[in-house]
Amino acid sequence: MGRYVLRRLAIAIPTLAGISLAIFLVLALAPSDPMADFATSPEIPVEVRENIRRSLGLDEPMPVRYVKWLGRMVQGDFGFSFASRSPVGKLILERLPATLAVVGAAYVLGILIAIPLGVLSAVRRYSLVDHLATTFAFVGFSLPTFFTGLVLVIVFAVNLHWLPFIYDSTVAVRDWDSLVRQVKQSIMPISVLALFTAATMTRYVRAEMIEHLPQDYVRTARSKGLSEREVVRRHVLRNSLIPVVTLLALGIPNIFSGAIVTEQIFSVPGLGHLLIKSIVSGDTPVVLGITFSYAVLVVVFGLIADVLYVLLDPRIKYT
Amino acid sequence: MTAGAGGDSAAIDAGTLREQRSLWREAWRTFQRHRPAMFGLVALGSLALAVAVGPFIYTEPINNLDFTRTVRPPSPAHPFGTDELGRDLLARTLYGGRISIAVGVTAMFVAITVGVTIGALAGFFPRADGPLMRLTELMISMPTLPLLLLVLLLFRDPLRSAFGPTIGIFVLIVSVIGLLNWMTVARLVRAAFLSTKQLDYVTAARSIGAGNLRLIVRHILPNVMSSIVVAATIAVGAAIITESTLSFLGLGFPPDEPTWGRLLFDAQNLLDSAPHLALFPGALIFIAVISINYIGDGLRDTFDPRRVD
Repeated sequence: MGRYVLRRLAIAIPTLAGISLAIFLVLALAPSDPMADFATSPEIPVEVRENIRRSLGLDEPMPVRYVKWLGRMVQGDFGFSFASRSPVGKLILERLPATLAVVGAAYVLGILIAIPLGVLSAVRRYSLVDHLATTFAFVGFSLPTFFTGLVLVIVFAVNLHWLPFIYDSTVAVRDWDSLVRQVKQSIMPISVLALFTAATMTRYVRAEMIEHLPQDYVRTARSKGLSEREVVRRHVLRNSLIPVVTLLALGIPNIFSGAIVTEQIFSVPGLGHLLIKSIVSGDTPVVLGITFSYAVLVVVFGLIADVLYVLLDPRIKYT
Repeated sequence: MTAGAGGDSAAIDAGTLREQRSLWREAWRTFQRHRPAMFGLVALGSLALAVAVGPFIYTEPINNLDFTRTVRPPSPAHPFGTDELGRDLLARTLYGGRISIAVGVTAMFVAITVGVTIGALAGFFPRADGPLMRLTELMISMPTLPLLLLVLLLFRDPLRSAFGPTIGIFVLIVSVIGLLNWMTVARLVRAAFLSTKQLDYVTAARSIGAGNLRLIVRHILPNVMSSIVVAATIAVGAAIITESTLSFLGLGFPPDEPTWGRLLFDAQNLLDSAPHLALFPGALIFIAVISINYIGDGLRDTFDPRRVD
């Protein structure tokens, strides 16, 4: 097992290097100077500007710059934000928990909806439940996250006044009241993402269940006298969930994209919110740092999914 | 889907053009029986027709400022209402739909071209397979949206000055969405190529002297067309969503180009006083995307060799 994890790690590193190269090339080949506002500002004399360029290593050949840049990135040194003058690494670490909380909660909620729904709709194929579940999956999958978010705001914040419009990041959970406030303001951002996840996953679970239900081992389980409930739960579901894990890993970039939109609508102080703010203000070091962080997150979760996959399926040899 | 190649090729094995055509006619007959897909086709068709000819019939200008009628709810004079500057929302939505659908279709062609080329090369030449599939896997773990935003941020101004504001952004958005969205297609095409190139008719064609290019384009590609059509349909929907997302974040088309996503971006601040500004364009995105997804689903069922008639 340990060797398998190491091997997967060894594959993950070139992937990260590749992604970082892509990000770097986009930046290096961009016709506009990433330090534009900084470098063309008339208040800065030419010599100072040259010094800044040199200190940023912009006078060196591209491969050298890439290796140096990557070296700093790996050590967690993302440079300094133009806007707030604080280290980008620190900004990212401050924002990361909110993003992980929203994405994590949405994933868990999505799984809790998708598994029962997918199983039910596969077991009662072509029934009313199946039609409803399939329609739910199609609708949830086709609704852009930004539209779901706005509709939720219109219904629950503007018309019903049940939930707060904007996420208030100053709420600290100390007592019952603040806990209720925190839960209330988290409901909409999490539901938007959970709906999307649940819809995607319901389709996967249903498809895998349908693939497994007619197989021989299911007939064997039935013929030895197990109740249908046991057959589905113990035999079919367990086998069906294994491929779902991989499909989940493939969906991770999507869920992070969804999180960017959600954070933006509800002003959740996460990575995505900071990313959009930095793009609008042209804060290149922060944009780069966050893009790279997303790459790391995607690769790390992909790794976790791969390891889970072999843990779940004893047929796969982890060599 | 990969099993599909075998079934299809049996139908085309005789290889004449007339029989190929009858395969597609057969497919159309099957497709018609898929009710949600037909519903999607009708809905999408009407939507496309509306945005194509709508602006000629409903001649209200899209940029007509009128401060005597700001933020009005829907009325007979303005079926979708008006926005905070008194502009007619129906006119803007119809116009925006043209851009959104054009972006979706063009980006799909970019994605399909890249995906089919890479998939075909990887599936046909064993030597190219390894490196190309590594590249595909790498692209799959790209954080697409942040990267898209980064590219837009850096390349926006030069392209704008080179092609003008609208065309420049259009070219940029279409190519970036396409270049970040070809991976599923490449995998599908590769898998289909791997199984199809083993078939006897390919060997036969090679033995009578068909070169690699001819084998790929004339003999294998038509047989994997069904997978490509399904993937292409889904890609249009994905591209429409991506473009709307970019515009919704305020980083897509310039403000004076009212794409559906941009209209939602503008509506965000008026949700309490004018929810209709968000609901109409949002509903249209939803209708377009769900129709496309249902059509894709219907096509998949149509081309599935395991289907029961």
